[in-house]
Amino acid sequence: MAKNDLSNGSLKSYADLLQSKQISSVELTQEFLARIHRYNPSINAFIALDEAKTLAQAKAADVRIASGKAAPLTGIPIAQKDIFCAKGWPTTCGSKMLANFVAPYDAHVISQFDAAGAVNLGKTNMDEFAMGSSNETSYFGGVKNPWSFDRVPGGSSGGSAAAVAARLCAAATGTDTGGSIRQPASLCGFTGLKPTYGVVSRFGMIAFASSLDQAGPMAKSAEDCALMMNVMAGFDERDSTSLDRAKEDYCRDLNKPLAGLKIGLPKEFFAEGLSADVGKVIGNSIAEYKKLGAEIIDISLPNTGLSIPVYYVLAPAEASSNLSRYDGVRYGHRADSYTDLMDMYCKSRAQGFGAEVKRRILIGTYVLSAGYYDAYYLKAQQIRRLIAQDFVEAFKQCDVIMGPAAPSTAFKAGEKVDDPVAMYLQDIYTISTNLAGLPGMSVPAGFANSNDGKALPVGLQIIGNYFDEARMLNVAHQYQQVTDWHNQAPSLPEGNA
Amino acid sequence: MEWEVVIGLETHTQLQTNSKIFSGASVKYGAEPNTQACEVSLALPGVLPVLNKQAVHCAIKFGLAINAHIAPRSVFARKNYFYPDLPKGYQISQFELPVVGKGAITIQVPAAGKQEAYEKVVNITRAHLEEDAGKSVHGAVESMSGIDLNRAGTPLLEIVTEPDMRSAAEAVAYAKKLHELVQWIGICDGNMQEGSFRCDVNVSVRPKGSDKLGTRREIKNLNSFKFMTQAIEYETRWQIETLEDGGKIQQATVLFNPDTGETRAMRSKEEANDYRYFPDPDLLPLIITEADKARVSADMPELPAAMKARLEAQYGLSSYDANSLTSSRDLADYFIATITAGAEAKQTANWVMGSLSAKLNSEDKSISHSPISAEQLAQLLKRISDGTISNNAAKQVFEAMWQGEGEADAIIAAKGLKQESDSGAIEAIIDEVLAANAAMVEEFKAGKEKAFNALVGQAMKASKGKANPAQVNDILKKKLQA
Repeated sequence: MAKNDLSNGSLKSYADLLQSKQISSVELTQEFLARIHRYNPSINAFIALDEAKTLAQAKAADVRIASGKAAPLTGIPIAQKDIFCAKGWPTTCGSKMLANFVAPYDAHVISQFDAAGAVNLGKTNMDEFAMGSSNETSYFGGVKNPWSFDRVPGGSSGGSAAAVAARLCAAATGTDTGGSIRQPASLCGFTGLKPTYGVVSRFGMIAFASSLDQAGPMAKSAEDCALMMNVMAGFDERDSTSLDRAKEDYCRDLNKPLAGLKIGLPKEFFAEGLSADVGKVIGNSIAEYKKLGAEIIDISLPNTGLSIPVYYVLAPAEASSNLSRYDGVRYGHRADSYTDLMDMYCKSRAQGFGAEVKRRILIGTYVLSAGYYDAYYLKAQQIRRLIAQDFVEAFKQCDVIMGPAAPSTAFKAGEKVDDPVAMYLQDIYTISTNLAGLPGMSVPAGFANSNDGKALPVGLQIIGNYFDEARMLNVAHQYQQVTDWHNQAPSLPEGNA
Repeated sequence: MEWEVVIGLETHTQLQTNSKIFSGASVKYGAEPNTQACEVSLALPGVLPVLNKQAVHCAIKFGLAINAHIAPRSVFARKNYFYPDLPKGYQISQFELPVVGKGAITIQVPAAGKQEAYEKVVNITRAHLEEDAGKSVHGAVESMSGIDLNRAGTPLLEIVTEPDMRSAAEAVAYAKKLHELVQWIGICDGNMQEGSFRCDVNVSVRPKGSDKLGTRREIKNLNSFKFMTQAIEYETRWQIETLEDGGKIQQATVLFNPDTGETRAMRSKEEANDYRYFPDPDLLPLIITEADKARVSADMPELPAAMKARLEAQYGLSSYDANSLTSSRDLADYFIATITAGAEAKQTANWVMGSLSAKLNSEDKSISHSPISAEQLAQLLKRISDGTISNNAAKQVFEAMWQGEGEADAIIAAKGLKQESDSGAIEAIIDEVLAANAAMVEEFKAGKEKAFNALVGQAMKASKGKANPAQVNDILKKKLQA
């Protein structure tokens, strides 16, 4: 592989180069750090770098490789969403509230990557406390979509998304509460997977909405995601909602042929609200699956339309409680001056949280209040079960469900910041899987031209049944064997060369 | 108008576990501030709760002990409010579905004045698991308040009664019974000074005969039975006076001030928090199977009520004695150990509840710290039964044993307390006494019964107190009637 192609390699290609000693982890890491120096000042994907720490990990990985004890990801630089606590690293969750917080312990995901010998390249930008679909709610500023700098990368995992798309890292981690891995994967043109709820431990992952939050990989290809899943997934007794299941190899089914695969297309995913150009790209990818021998079945998920209102009751309810710990007492932002305890709480939280976070705390506090609980929270929980039941019925007819991951291609920065409902609709196709706890992924499926003539990526969403990640990765991988969308990288404007 | 007071209790019992209810941090009392505050206790970003199985074991044990319904599925909920000693901004508790449902505790209300002692059943509404908060520390740092999170996350079982009690005496009898029970089954150390057992008392009054409940006020955090009595009596008087003066009772939380003996409102209902309870999404519902209950049941000691019945049936003790002996596990254990070492049951009961308890009380010692062990006491009691020493001599031996002078037999020998039971020797002494007190003998023969006692006293004196009094009686009687 020529050095200028290095950033575009697969995880497997990096592992081959490292383990055959054609390149060291330090060299590979420096390659990505160089790209970060060059492009990050304009893209703003990374909000914390610590080269000394990163290179020390790379050196340690080289020692491990030399001793012949390398694991598949040993020595490979991975970007970590700033929602994961990493010992000795600033861990801000994109908020002023935690701008001064340095984590004293490692999240499960972080220690899994450490144990695998992967290199922590840095912490990536994100919507504040993962609340947003454009990365515009981050205290550390917006992130540019590498395909078009005037557009958003999606959110909340916008920094990881831009870092993967711009090839500033080998792969990245993200979290997905309502679509925060899949929507940015669609808008930035790479492969992202939200696993079944409970497959990846939430320990050390800063909570937004506990019953919906799930970490997953953001990478170039399905195969890369499978390798990442092999590191990230697994039971962790420190998370009571972590599922005690046997360790599995997510690569095991990648090469299975797809003949006879039953793909369900929910009519609700192709109705009003889907932009025509995105619909067309999705149609083309479905046609490709037919060529691979898949059978297409029309299905219905009748309660899809309720998923956004249900989500915007439940997620804020949990968030309002989860974010109560940021009170200025023990860590995080505390107002400089205050008159008494109540004033300290009010000022610290008023100053520390941004507008979207405050909006959701208010909504959540409201729906949990005496007299409103039954009408909102309880009702939403009931509908949540109906939404999950829709999928149970659907999977009686098909193996996987496909549709768009987002209703449009990347939109312009500032376009929706003042219209929260329009912003919330970005997650119309992804939220129902979070509510049901199902796995979902977004796979690059082609490009649609914006009205100013820019080619913008479109993601195909694949939704699987519970614990069907290996099959979904197989379905995506086979597609990626006959298409080249996932290998397309944006040509970036010259940075600080 | 005649008034009736209606009382219900909420008791926070700290469960005897090694670690906190949702983390591995230690729960030992008295450590340096914040040295037992782990990431979870500090509520750092990203931490998650994991339920301590030992705490669940304790809750099941309590449920079984009060014959309560134990929920096959209970749910942890978040109680949301802001306070500096509450690091997460919510307390993990149980709300709609508690682990222990309806049960009952039978209490013995002691006699008072004209009122005779009586039994009463107090119904338990529920008992639920929850975590304790930390503590605010004032004065440790000048002009600032400190927070100590060592206690944050300590496991509690909150036990709630129906409003079944009708006097301070009943409320205290219930609190004492519960206090004994939780220690008996080994789920709480009962240390009220350290806050292991804290009572909130709900008090309301109503016209006697009414079946409508009055507005209640809740007296918070009473940590002694004495204060509980004072607080309830003051509060009851205050409520009655307020109503009789034409006032109304506002629902409120009040604090008892032991210095003034008064209760004072700390917040009214209007200022009360809306706790926004909802199921904690970080914890799965708690599932308790029949097998779980069977496992706990196997680990359960004989309960006080069962032991009381057994003491009556097996050893012929009175209901009063059996009840007193089963008032604490340590006392009951001491009693059983004493009779197991060979002492007679009724005699043991008398000594344990008499001389021993009095001595322990006077020196403020608990029975588990008694200087005289059960085995030592048994040896002493056997020496009374077999006639080696008199009851009077036994008291001297007891005193010496208490002072650590050794075993009963050694003390009897050293002090020469063995009583004279040789009838020949006693006869000789009595003959001397009769000869020397002819006047008394005449008085007796003339019908003066008192003279007999005087002659016994002379005989005992002549034997230097060592003669077996029963034998002296017998022989003297025979000789006088001869």
